[in-house]
Amino acid sequence: MDLRLNSKHEKLLERVRAFLVEHGHRSVPTIPGERPGPRLLAWQKLLLEHGYAGRTVPRDYGGYGAEPDVMEQHLITEEFTRAGVALGIGNQGISMLVPTLLELGTEEQKHAYIPATLRGDLVWCQGYSEPGAGSDLASLQTRGVEDGEDIVVNGQKIWTSTAHEADMIFCLVRTEPDAPKHAGISYLLFSMKSPGVTIRPLKTMTGRAEFNEVFFTDVRVPRHQIVGQRGDGWKVANATLKHERGYLANPGLLTQRYAELTRLLQDEGVDDPVLLDRLMQLQGRVLAQQCHGMRLLTCAERREDPGLAGLITKLQGCEVRHQLAILATDALEESGLLVAGSPHARANGLWQERAMFDLGLIIGGGTAQIQKNIIAERGLGMPREPKAAV
Amino acid sequence: MEFALSEAQRQMQDSLRSALTRACPLARVRDVADRGLARDDAVWAVVCELGVPALLVPEAHGGLGLSLLDAAIAAEELGRRAAPVPFLGSAVLATIALREAASAEQQAQWLPRIATGEAVVGVALCEALAGAGAGVQLRDERLHGSSCFVIDAAQAEAYLLAAADGSLYLVSAEAPGLHRVPLLSIDATRPLSELHLDGVVAQRLPGSDARTLRRLRDAAWVINAADTLGAGWAMIDQSVAFAHDRKQFGRAIGTFQAVKHMCAEMASELEITRAIVWYAAHAFDEKPEVLSLYAAHAKALLGDAGQFVARTATEVHGGMGITDDLGLHHWYKRIGLNRQLYGGPGWARRIAAVEQGWARI
Ligand SMILES: Cc1cc2nc3c(=O)[nH]c(=O)nc-3n(C[C@H](O)[C@H](O)[C@H](O)COP(=O)(O)OP(=O)(O)OC[C@H]3O[C@@H](n4cnc5c(N)ncnc54)[C@H](O)[C@@H]3O)c2cc1C
Repeated sequence: MDLRLNSKHEKLLERVRAFLVEHGHRSVPTIPGERPGPRLLAWQKLLLEHGYAGRTVPRDYGGYGAEPDVMEQHLITEEFTRAGVALGIGNQGISMLVPTLLELGTEEQKHAYIPATLRGDLVWCQGYSEPGAGSDLASLQTRGVEDGEDIVVNGQKIWTSTAHEADMIFCLVRTEPDAPKHAGISYLLFSMKSPGVTIRPLKTMTGRAEFNEVFFTDVRVPRHQIVGQRGDGWKVANATLKHERGYLANPGLLTQRYAELTRLLQDEGVDDPVLLDRLMQLQGRVLAQQCHGMRLLTCAERREDPGLAGLITKLQGCEVRHQLAILATDALEESGLLVAGSPHARANGLWQERAMFDLGLIIGGGTAQIQKNIIAERGLGMPREPKAAV
Repeated sequence: MEFALSEAQRQMQDSLRSALTRACPLARVRDVADRGLARDDAVWAVVCELGVPALLVPEAHGGLGLSLLDAAIAAEELGRRAAPVPFLGSAVLATIALREAASAEQQAQWLPRIATGEAVVGVALCEALAGAGAGVQLRDERLHGSSCFVIDAAQAEAYLLAAADGSLYLVSAEAPGLHRVPLLSIDATRPLSELHLDGVVAQRLPGSDARTLRRLRDAAWVINAADTLGAGWAMIDQSVAFAHDRKQFGRAIGTFQAVKHMCAEMASELEITRAIVWYAAHAFDEKPEVLSLYAAHAKALLGDAGQFVARTATEVHGGMGITDDLGLHHWYKRIGLNRQLYGGPGWARRIAAVEQGWARI
């Protein structure tokens, strides 16, 4: 154990702090499901120039071109989080598609999509889930049939976050109907403005339409829009899911939420010993996850597989995040029921909204139950369930 | 930055694990429990040979001069085998107290013999840590009163006792006026005693004060937590192995999702705490300003996760789980002691709240 930073990292930290003092006030948060506005685009541009967004993306693709250094990324995230400053645009294009393209995309795809995505000009949605294929994603039925130079897509996606605002979709379609379930899928990129794409927003329990149903009728997609090989989409998708689960369990965000929660309890003068005990329980879990994050960071630096330790983070992180919001609403008693715009609402009804939104995170990106299956089977080597008789 | 065990620490972990797997099978634990022994001499010999009691003793006194993180690694391995040997009292708390607060003569008298395992020092801190005002007091240069839940006492040559103000005293186990009463607790692997003192001659550790006592509490919390980490993983491993072997409805019970999820929840709840145990142990030597906060949370988290693992692992085994034959209950009880000793999870969280000005005691 050596928790001291080396001089390179110390210097980076100084630069980040100076940047935050000078520019932090200009930061604009990403609102889930909304397109970045002009102020957010300007903030993103500043971050790209300073290497606080797209840091390790090569310059050729519009990034900053720094050598990959997980510690640097961690320090930047931590300092921004501590200062309450948004780390630029956080959307599925940047957090999931860009890393996937860097790993598996063609040169043309990288040039065509990474720079504009990083800038925030190109907004993506993730077209995986279908009405019949949620946890059992590989059973998806949206069809892609080859016709000349194109693949013709027919079918339906659901729970597609941000689809109503998106320019493009990264989408899983079945191109080999006769192949085994996991082998017949391709990973396609296409425009949401393509003829034959219809979007129907789905209002969620928060009252906002954060996700959508998306219908495809004879949508023509050129063949070169496949990422990876045709039929290899499952592998490509798994690369994306790995990035998604890391993104959903950011311990820095938990720390920030915990700090917000303590300010709320202080402002409300909460001194009930039961609530205080719950607060301390959550603090323990937040601190444990912060330490756990450092442990995983060192594994990543050494390119060691963290094994089971890596498989538990999404489950643990999303649960604590939800519990933080629940404690806030409990502490507010009846006022905790009031939503944005109501007289007497506290923090503009934010905590109730978070409790509901964060419940969605427990379900999205692989439900808690699916995470437990993975922990048991891959982490502990427990036997798989026998195949159901068909 | 490196948040990981060093190569030397991994080696120590491996050699302890394999030595204890050989030296401390269930039969040894059962023997100690059935016969009400203070410790298993064969296991103790192996532990001493590997230098476990010497870990925290400074090199100048014949020890290894290592850190609390090293002691926590050892605790995890002792917990994994439910090893019936004195460790927390003599090798950790008495050693730290002597190191940090004793005179040169006291150190020279005790530390070299603790390091070899020749001497064991029992430790009596419960009342002082609870701030209850009971316990022992010094009157006319002699100790009076009584102290309960004394650890590593049965074969001790001396005892370390704390008065309410944090002063620490050494008394000889043979001293006139001292009377030891064995207690019968759930955990037979680490027996508890009560001491009655009626004007017992005592030596004060001259540097001891409330701060020393706090550091002893924090060290104990970290070591208890680490012991539970090991004991808990032993229970999970045994559950997973059982779930592979045991068949019902024509299939291994490990294929049933209810069983799988019990195991996944145990693993998830326990493993998420490992890093904070490391961090708290590291803080003891390197970041004393945050020690109490992290030690309190480590103790509380492992108290709760440990209890969850102990009952769930028992459930995975069905009726076998609660039999003496299977012997899993020794780990259940070990985890139980780790949870309750020096304050349960609620008390540890209260201390964490006090540390941050959220509450008064
Ligand atoms: C906020 C939010 C945003 C999302 N955004 C997107 C997006 O942008 N793009 C996208 O493609 N998808 C998105 N999703 C979809 C998400 O990935 C799915 O909801 C998720 O994978 C679960 O699928 P499902 O909803 O069909 O539930 P189901 O799979 O029907 O699950 C229902 C219940 O059954 C349980 N269950 C199912 N199978 C098993 C099993 N084998 N073992 C144990 N329990 C099981 C589940 O845990 C759950 O409790 C989003 C979801 C949410 C909540």
